[in-house]
Amino acid sequence: MSDSHPTIDFDKFKPTRSYIAARKRKDWTMRVFIIAAFVIALIPLVSVLWTTISSGVARLNLNFLSYNMSGVVGGNATPSGGYGGIVHAIIGTLLVTLGSMIISIPLGLMCAVYLVEYSHNGGLARAIGLLVDVMSGIPSIVAGLFAYALFNTLVGPGTVNGFVGSVALSLLMIPTVVKTSEEMLKIVPNDLREAAYALGVTKQRTITKIVLRTALPGIVSGVILAIARVIGETAPLLIAAGFISTTNLNLFSGRMTTLPVYVYQEYSQGLATCSATALQATPPCLPQIRMERAWAAALVLIIIVLLLNLIGRLVAKLFAVKTEN
Amino acid sequence: MRNNALIRSVAAISGFAMLAALAACGDNTSATSSSSASTSATASISGEFAGAGASSQQSAVEAWIAGFADKQPDAKISYDPSGSGAGVSTFLTGSTVWAGSDAAMTSDQVSQSKSVCATGTAFDVPVYISPIAIVYNLKSAGLNGTSKHLNLDGETIAKIFDGKITKWNDSAIAKMNPDAKLPDLAITVVHRSDKSGTTKNFVSYIKDTADAAWPYEVGENWPNNVGQGAKGTSGVITTVNQAEGTIGYADASQAGSLGTAAVKVGDDYVPYSADAAAKVVDASPKDDTATQKNRVVIKIDHNTTESGAYPVVLVSYDIACPAYKTAKNGEFAKQWLTYVVSEEGQKTAADSAGSAPMSASLRADVMKSINAIKTK
Amino acid sequence: MSSQTTVTQNTTSGKSGDKVFKGLAYGAGIMILVALAAVTLFLLVRAMPLLTGSQKANEDTIVSFTGGQAHNFLQYVGPLVFGTILISALALLLAFPISVGIALFISHYAPRKLSTALSYVVDLLAAIPSVIYGLWGGIVLVPHITGFWKWVAQYLGWIPLFKGPAADPSRTVGTVSVVLAVMILPIITSVARDIFLQAPRLQQEAALAMGATKWEMIKLAVLPFGRSGLISASMLGLGRALGETMAVLMILSPGMSYSVKLLQASQNQSIAANIAAQFPEANDLGVSTLIATGLVLFLITFLVNFIARKITEKARA
Repeated sequence: MSDSHPTIDFDKFKPTRSYIAARKRKDWTMRVFIIAAFVIALIPLVSVLWTTISSGVARLNLNFLSYNMSGVVGGNATPSGGYGGIVHAIIGTLLVTLGSMIISIPLGLMCAVYLVEYSHNGGLARAIGLLVDVMSGIPSIVAGLFAYALFNTLVGPGTVNGFVGSVALSLLMIPTVVKTSEEMLKIVPNDLREAAYALGVTKQRTITKIVLRTALPGIVSGVILAIARVIGETAPLLIAAGFISTTNLNLFSGRMTTLPVYVYQEYSQGLATCSATALQATPPCLPQIRMERAWAAALVLIIIVLLLNLIGRLVAKLFAVKTEN
Repeated sequence: MRNNALIRSVAAISGFAMLAALAACGDNTSATSSSSASTSATASISGEFAGAGASSQQSAVEAWIAGFADKQPDAKISYDPSGSGAGVSTFLTGSTVWAGSDAAMTSDQVSQSKSVCATGTAFDVPVYISPIAIVYNLKSAGLNGTSKHLNLDGETIAKIFDGKITKWNDSAIAKMNPDAKLPDLAITVVHRSDKSGTTKNFVSYIKDTADAAWPYEVGENWPNNVGQGAKGTSGVITTVNQAEGTIGYADASQAGSLGTAAVKVGDDYVPYSADAAAKVVDASPKDDTATQKNRVVIKIDHNTTESGAYPVVLVSYDIACPAYKTAKNGEFAKQWLTYVVSEEGQKTAADSAGSAPMSASLRADVMKSINAIKTK
Repeated sequence: MSSQTTVTQNTTSGKSGDKVFKGLAYGAGIMILVALAAVTLFLLVRAMPLLTGSQKANEDTIVSFTGGQAHNFLQYVGPLVFGTILISALALLLAFPISVGIALFISHYAPRKLSTALSYVVDLLAAIPSVIYGLWGGIVLVPHITGFWKWVAQYLGWIPLFKGPAADPSRTVGTVSVVLAVMILPIITSVARDIFLQAPRLQQEAALAMGATKWEMIKLAVLPFGRSGLISASMLGLGRALGETMAVLMILSPGMSYSVKLLQASQNQSIAANIAAQFPEANDLGVSTLIATGLVLFLITFLVNFIARKITEKARA
């Protein structure tokens, strides 16, 4: 009778000691790999930041931040005792970025409103969604070429000014604005909309007064991150906005230097020429001054970008939409 | 409500006022500007004048702008070092007053200029002469430094830059440098990776002196895949500095502490210097294909045997119109170019950009063209 | 009475406001289509002289761009496309495992309190402008990495990819890929992290309860969940690497060949860096040629992003 009930040898299924050890080893190896991956990623970050700070801090002072490059000759000091500065590049960066914000924020925001509130996921909406994705992949230099081609064809050949740069940058900014705004509008609870409609509020008012207002902090932080993304762009501005050494306040006429282009130009010029007498003068002529200026401007650029990132995150955190309650 | 709007508009106006104040505030004004302006005998000019073109001239133009501001403090001049090609294209659209270019205009470009000049066609004049140094890094062999020169002739340079000579202790190099201790080190050639007038001038020197050893065409882009390419003069200098055994070519002002080659001229070896570069320009004929009016184009005689001349030079031109549609631009172009080629202007460039001052005879030639600019 | 009239007035003005607003939203949506169409159109218009103009002049332009190494547009753009894809693919290859590792570290290994701080640190990498990566790569990384590449060439030189002699200084495809990998790390990491954090908790806990090790749990319950997301994240990273200009321009020693010798200089060049290098000195026809190569780059990135989108859509459906 007993042999009709075969006894199961559970020991057969018991993992062998070596198998357990192998599993443990694998687990341990992967743990090491994953931690190593993080450490590896830190190396370039620390190196870039350290290089920029240590090489840039020498030249970063008030004089550097309050003068432009007009009248700066070679490595010689200027009458003010400095060696030229970046006020024109900072102003240029702010104006060009402002220009691209004015173009891309309303457009991107309204596009997101269309996608979330009006489209009902139709064919057009799907096409736009796809194209926004495609647009987010436009290489920055192609954006620069486009802006150059557009203004050369429509306005006239040789059109290079800050606004051309703004158009190039807005092409890079719009997809980010659309995407973040879309996400933010989507997480606004539907109850709010329905409550508003039930009270007889029009759709436009519901959207502007309730939906957008609720989503505002998220949108603002998304926009700030989008700005941080484009403010460091170099290649398109090299083509579209040009380079000058004086301050230009007119976005629509004349070339305009921006910070990244300034960094690149200073690096590109290499050593400054100093005559023997100028080397002995006080303050002395500095052959390495251009690299110092390039690193100092790079440091300012990094600080601006990091500050924008920080502000964006703070806005997102402090005013986050509470979707749960 | 109304009060609020008032406050806002006041705030906006004062904001704009502050911005306007900022614009001027950044300028580094020269201390001597006002005093010398009154002594100037020429007509005073004011307004904004833009130029664009060769990046090789950038350091010199910055110095010229600063020097010119002493004479004409109300003239606001800007120069975009966007490159020779872009500079000439921009000039031919009429949006800049003058262009800087490492190459003389093509005859197509000259005839195109009819549409931007009030009368006649644009002309080019040399304004900036810079020796091109052949720089190398042999630090451990003790051959770096401003006073150290390896002797090389055109054929050896051609073979090195074509990858035919691959070691520093190759017999061809050793033969010309009996005193130097050449290391057993591979040669790494460093050339420009971007389109550049420096490359064109350097390659045409090689082509003229060693045609048989150089199978490539003369152009602004480097023709072979030997060694390494680097972006711009600073890229070449950075790369040469980064490793031993490298050799490259760059504007002489950038050579720094690297070793430089002395080039064979006649029976001697001549290291680069401003005087030696000016000498070869003087000894060279005018380009007889540039027949249009007022043009002064120099065809460098790379095979010169003139003693003490250094034949590897970059001659950079300024391009301007003989008459402008706006009279103000004509007046500016004339005064600007007159200043640039004046003894003072050339000295300024030499001090701050390491260029070779143009000789008196060349300046006299060029002034004939500049004086032809109509100011009325 | 009066209150009633204001209400009706309000609704009529509200209605027209509604229409205007709806129109604006529609208009903005359509503007996106228009903008992309304009990009294609204007690039095409400026690239046109290449097709319609004199072929002799085109040939001269391309010969002058390459120093006589290419004679027509296909010969010119071919090696550039190859170089662009090679550099970006390598960057992706390097960045992908590390990004996934970092994302897992943040989502599953690091202590909860640390993980937000750590993701900020990774995002810092994305905040650094490319021109600074170019400066750093050309001046700091190149001399430091040359020794490593020499070692690789010496011991792994039998693999065609690592064929020596390693260039010194190492301004090579290998070095550029490392820099680009650093630049696309944060893009892939941030997407991967979000996906891993969303992986179903219950399945993970079930796997652990059955006695799985942590890695087995990740392999069983986390990675399969994020597969399509990871693919689209890599595509995004690839798209970014394809268009990167300044870092390549300032580091790479370019060449025009179909070679895969990663450690030798002057082998490949990317389209974006080539445009930036040639644009300043180009004449009108040269600009047209460069814009045509830009159009080719645009098509490549278009394809990559299109595929990424299709993959995510499929996963969602």
